[in-house]
Amino acid sequence: MEILTTIFIQPFFDMAGDPILFLQVIWEGFVTGILYSLIAFGFVLIFKASGVFNFAQGIMVVFAALTLVGLHENGIPAYIALPITILVMYVLAFSVERLVLRPLVNQPDIILFMATIGLTFFLIGFGEFIFGGEPKIMITEELLLPYDSITFFDDMLILQEIDIAASIIAALALIFLALFLGKTKIGVALRAVADDHQAALSVGISLNTIWVVVWFISGIIALITGIMWGAKSDVSFALSIIAFKALPVLILGGFTSVRGAIVGGLIIGIGEKIGEFYWGDLVGGSIEGWLAYMIALVFLFFRPQGLFGEKIIERV
Amino acid sequence: MEKKIGEVLLNVDHISLAFGGVKALTDICFSIREKEVFAIIGPNGAGKTSMLNVINGFYHPQEGEITYKGVHRKQMKSHDAAVQGIARTFQNVALFKGMSTLDNIMTGRIIHMKRNLFWQACYLGPARKEEMQNREYVEDIIDFLEIQAIRRTPVGRLPYGLQKRVELGRALAMEPDLLLLDEPMAGMNIEEKQDMCRFVLDVNDQYGTTIALIEHDMGVVMDISDKVVVLDYGKKLAEGTPDEIRGNQTVIDAYLGVTSANK
Repeated sequence: MEILTTIFIQPFFDMAGDPILFLQVIWEGFVTGILYSLIAFGFVLIFKASGVFNFAQGIMVVFAALTLVGLHENGIPAYIALPITILVMYVLAFSVERLVLRPLVNQPDIILFMATIGLTFFLIGFGEFIFGGEPKIMITEELLLPYDSITFFDDMLILQEIDIAASIIAALALIFLALFLGKTKIGVALRAVADDHQAALSVGISLNTIWVVVWFISGIIALITGIMWGAKSDVSFALSIIAFKALPVLILGGFTSVRGAIVGGLIIGIGEKIGEFYWGDLVGGSIEGWLAYMIALVFLFFRPQGLFGEKIIERV
Repeated sequence: MEKKIGEVLLNVDHISLAFGGVKALTDICFSIREKEVFAIIGPNGAGKTSMLNVINGFYHPQEGEITYKGVHRKQMKSHDAAVQGIARTFQNVALFKGMSTLDNIMTGRIIHMKRNLFWQACYLGPARKEEMQNREYVEDIIDFLEIQAIRRTPVGRLPYGLQKRVELGRALAMEPDLLLLDEPMAGMNIEEKQDMCRFVLDVNDQYGTTIALIEHDMGVVMDISDKVVVLDYGKKLAEGTPDEIRGNQTVIDAYLGVTSANK
């Protein structure tokens, strides 16, 4: 009986008993969540346009952040290093299209997936070769990101300014991308490609261009995530692990839905923080690492296609 | 009224196409003239669709040459073909199922959108004006095809006959010079077929578009085409006006089947 109370009743009393603390937990979850959303967005974009699950998305986050910091370490000022990093991400997108996707066009999905695993190891090796393998510190200050904290309710609620900045930038990026994909020719073309490759070709859409654009956008998203996440911890190859948190987000939101990526990211981010804080102690803490996968697993029972994914109906 | 048939628009010269050991097309020659309604007929597996796929660049023939608008081309990518004015529809409707009728037809305008991304992203000034013009063009097509009622419906929900019509609309939105139709009337009832015939003839007449079509309904083919080419087992059996084809013994044999005893 007592165990049931500690699982099902006590945590909710705790939440109601200290609403400011609860707010703090939700805020922490929100900040993590919106970064998950961003990463998931990168996955969805590539998955929609080319049907590839891009295993390298996580390493792209590290690679982008590493390039930025590495350039700065070599004496290049931040305001020049940033555009150079963006250029590097473009070159990466272009090379991936030319050297990986184009030769493998029309191959089964699993082959493309394997190719992105190969790309992951290439980027790890290449990044280490150029910038070294030791963890680096994100150049938060040079990028003019704030690093103070703001407090509310007599220091009960503490918001890091960098978190606020991260949320605003991530939200702006998501809004901009949503508009971009809704309004522009590339956006319409992308939706067309996602629907039917052959038909898209027949109306004059170049798949190659779309692929470069999509990988480039994913690269930019990786850079934003890398800066924000790097500012919260540090820039090292371990950072790529967070990309795997995008998996439960995608299962939750559906692999083909941009909306799903955003909502899914927030649910996972907030859910795992609340779970960790209020239920974590019951099993000895640090459940944050796997709770997201549990949430996704439970979701799979009820909605295998995800929250916003298209239901697959096969006519027999 | 006598139609004005113009110069040669597309010339197919000794085309051969093989997939591994399977010969899909062998030594095909014909030419399509401007403003013509050109039909490709033949039994199933004759290579008709392969021929269209060669023309719009989905397949690259191993031998032979295609001349389009007076320019020889060795290999052409299908999106380049689209930009140069070759539009097509597919045998088993290939629409963007999740998008509305309007959006589907709008994709046909992509090759006509010139303004750069920055303006588009802001949705300002020139981009806006361009979008309006494209929108108008699309609306004209919707009126022309009499599909006003379904413009906002996701095409996946439409009945087959209407989907085929939307697909024609998307091809028309590209303002093509050469329109390839792969069995535009397959699976339709008599009324739908009559509508489609009317649209094909009107497109040919009003927009002056050259049309190459594949069709199994002989009544339709003989009625609307100016010229017919017959394929069988990837080879050309005959070429001529509908009347000539009707009387051609080889064609009749290919369609009805001939046993060696009858020969």
